[in-house]
Amino acid sequence: MNRSAGIELRDVDVSRGAAGRVLRGVNLAIDEGETVALVGRSGAGKSTILKLINGLLRADAGHVIVDGRDTREWNPYQLRRRIGYVLQDVGLFPHMSVGTNVAVVPRLLGWDPARVTTRGDEVLGLVGLPADVFATRWPHELSGGQRQRVGVARALAADPPILLMDEPFGALDPVTRAELHREFRRIQAAVRKTVVIVTHDMAEAFALGSRVGVLADGIIAEIAPPARLARSMDPRVRALLEPLLEAGALVGRHA
Amino acid sequence: MTLIRFLAAHRAEFAGLLGQHVILVLTSTATAVLIGVPTGVLAARRPRIGAPIVWIANVVQTIPSLAMLGFLLPLPLVGGLGARVAIVVLILYALLPIVRTTAAGLRGIDPVLIEAGSALGLTPRQLLWQVELPLALPAIVAGIRVAAVIGVGTATIAAAVGAGWLGEYIFRGLSMVDPTVILAGAVPAASLALTVDGLLLWMERAFGRRGSRRIPRGLSAAVAIATTLLLVLVATTASRRTGPVIRVGSKNFTEQILLGEIVAQAIERDAHVAVERHLNLGGTFICDTAIRSGDIDVYVEYTGTAHTAIFKEQVDTDPARVFARVRQRYADIGLTLFAPLGFGNPFAILVRGDDARRLGLKTIEDAASAAGSWRAGFGYEFLQRADGYPGLANRYHLRFASPPRGMDLSLIYRALASRQVDLIAGDATSGLISAYDLVMLEDNRRYFPPYDAAVVARSATLLRYPEVRVALERLSGRVGMGDMRQMNHAVDAGHEDAAAVARAFLARLERDRQSKG
Repeated sequence: MNRSAGIELRDVDVSRGAAGRVLRGVNLAIDEGETVALVGRSGAGKSTILKLINGLLRADAGHVIVDGRDTREWNPYQLRRRIGYVLQDVGLFPHMSVGTNVAVVPRLLGWDPARVTTRGDEVLGLVGLPADVFATRWPHELSGGQRQRVGVARALAADPPILLMDEPFGALDPVTRAELHREFRRIQAAVRKTVVIVTHDMAEAFALGSRVGVLADGIIAEIAPPARLARSMDPRVRALLEPLLEAGALVGRHA
Repeated sequence: MTLIRFLAAHRAEFAGLLGQHVILVLTSTATAVLIGVPTGVLAARRPRIGAPIVWIANVVQTIPSLAMLGFLLPLPLVGGLGARVAIVVLILYALLPIVRTTAAGLRGIDPVLIEAGSALGLTPRQLLWQVELPLALPAIVAGIRVAAVIGVGTATIAAAVGAGWLGEYIFRGLSMVDPTVILAGAVPAASLALTVDGLLLWMERAFGRRGSRRIPRGLSAAVAIATTLLLVLVATTASRRTGPVIRVGSKNFTEQILLGEIVAQAIERDAHVAVERHLNLGGTFICDTAIRSGDIDVYVEYTGTAHTAIFKEQVDTDPARVFARVRQRYADIGLTLFAPLGFGNPFAILVRGDDARRLGLKTIEDAASAAGSWRAGFGYEFLQRADGYPGLANRYHLRFASPPRGMDLSLIYRALASRQVDLIAGDATSGLISAYDLVMLEDNRRYFPPYDAAVVARSATLLRYPEVRVALERLSGRVGMGDMRQMNHAVDAGHEDAAAVARAFLARLERDRQSKG
C-alpha cells in the first residue's frame, strides 16, 4: 500500500469529548486518481474523515496515510498545500479579489509571480470563469454558483494530487448543482486527481463518485461502485437509497 | 472675535503649540498601536491571559488623568517633567480602546475563513497577517480613532507638568481668569479632535468597504514615521538634559510665571549660563517633586507654603522664625533658600479705596468697628479653614451685617468693586488691587502667616555654578509688593507678554543699580 497520491485509513478511532466516538475503527483505501464519495447523515463523521486526511484533526488511534506517509510524519503545512480543499461555505476571503483568492496557495509555495498569474488564469478558465472578466472581481459580486467555482479553482490552483470536497454543492439550487456536477466530471476527466467528496445527498454521490461509501454509526457500512451499492440489502444503505428509488432517479447512467 | 484676534497676535506661539500637540498625540497613539495590537492579538488568542489584560486596561482608563500624572511624576524612567511623563500617560489611555477592538475584531471573524485558511496550508502566522488582521482592520482603526480622540483631549492636561501643547493656553487662561485664552486652547483642541475623528472615520470606512481591505503600505509607513519621530523626540530631550543648563521652574499662575522669567533672565544675563524654562508646572506639589528629583534647579516658593504645605510644620506667624525654619528644612534635603525677594503674597483683607479714605481705615482693627453694617465675601476655602475666616473673626472680633458669602476667587474683586460686598479676602499681589482702586488693610495683630517669596535652588547646582548664586542673590530684596502688583496687572489685564514684562523690570533694576553708583 505505498502508492503515490493514495489515501489510506487504518483502524481509525476519533472521539470528541461529550459527543462520544465519532469514528470507530474506520478502514478505507482510496487509489490514486479515484473519486470516492462518502455519504451519511449529519454528524456521521464525514467531515471528520476529510480533516483527518489534511491533518486538521488527529486520530486518537489508528493511522492515516497520505502518499505513503503517516500524517503524523508530514509537516502539516506542506501536507495541506498538496491537498486542495473545497468547503460548503466556500470560505473565499472577502478582502481578496477572485484572482488573489485563487493565487493563495501558489504564492505560499513561492512560485514566481508570472507563473502564479498564468496558472490562476488557467484554473479560472477550467472552472468556466474567464480570467479577463472574473480575476478582478470581488467575492461578494459573484453568484453562489460562481463562488463555488472559484472555490474549486482555488483548490486546484497549485495542481495538488489530492482534492477534498466537503458538501461542495450543498448550498446551490438544483439546476446550478446539476450544471456543476457536469463541470466536475469534465474537469476530473481532464486532471485525474485523487478526490474525496463528502455529501449527505445520495444522488450527488452517485453522480460524482466512482465508488460510494456509506458512513453510519462511526464505521463505513459499505463501499462499492454505484451500480453495486444500489442493489445493497444493508438497511443503513437502503435508508439512504429510498428517496432515490421512489423518484426513479437511479435509472440511467450508473444504474 | 477676540479669540481670532488673540490667535492672530500669538500665531507663531500657537502654531508651535499646535504642532507639538499633533506630533505628541501622533507618537503616543502610534506607540499605543505598536503595543496594543499585539496585546489584542494575544488577548484574542489566549482568553486566559487576555481577560486580565483587558481588565487592567479598563482600570487604568478610569484613573483621572491629573491623578495619573501625579502618580507617575516621582517614578524613575517614566517620571519627571515635560513630554516624557505626558507621553506615558497618553499611551496608557490609548491602549484600552486599541486592545479591546483588536481582540473583538479578531474574535468576530467568521470561523469558516479561519478553517479555509488552515486547510489551504497557511501557518498561524500567515493566517494572522494575510487573513485575520486585514479582516479585523476596520475594527482596529475604529479603536485607534477612539484612542486618538481621547489623546487629543487628554494631552491638554499635559500642560500641568510643563509639557506645553494646547493645554498651555487653557491653564494660562484659567490662572488669568481670561475666557479668551482658555478658548484659544480649548477650541483648537476640540477642532483637532473632530478633524482626527473625521479622518480616521474616513479611513475606517475605506478599509471597511469590501474588497479594499488589506494592510496598506501607507499605514505601516505612517506607523514607522511616527515611531521614528518619537525616538528623535526622546533623543533630543535626553541630549538637552546633558548640556550645561539651569532648569528654571514655576507654578501655574501669572505671578509665578513672571518670577520664573525674572529668575531665568537674571541667570542668562548675569551668569551667562543657558536656561531651560519649565514654567507653568501645576502646583506646589509638582514643583517640589521636580526640584527634589533634579528635574528643575530653581524656582520661587513662598515661606508660608513651604512651612505648612511642604514641611507640615505648625502654623507660625512670625516671618523671621518661619524663614529660618524653612531654610533649615530645605538645607537638610540639599536645597538652598535665598533671602526673600522683597514682597509677600499672604491673604489680603481688602476694602474699596473710597471707603478706606472716607473712614480713615489703615488696619483690619480699624475696619472691625465699621464692619457692623458691612457684608463680606470670601473664597470657599478661606471660609472653611480654621486658619481662615473663623480665626480671623476671633482675633479681630469681626462681626458683619450678614454671614459672609462664599464666592469664587475669580469673581471676588469685581464683587467688591461693584459694591455687592464691602470687604473681601484676596491675594496681596493681585494686579486687580490697583486696577479697582482697592486698599489692603494691615494685619496689625499678625493673624496671617507670612508668605514671603524667596528663590529655592539645588545646592549642588549652586556649587557647580557660583555665578548663578551671585545672580540669584542680587534679586533678594529687589522685588517690591508694588512691582509685583504692577507686573501681574500688566499680564492679567493688559495681556502683555510675561517675558517682556520681566525683561523691562530687570532693565529698570539695572538702571537703579547704576544710578546708585
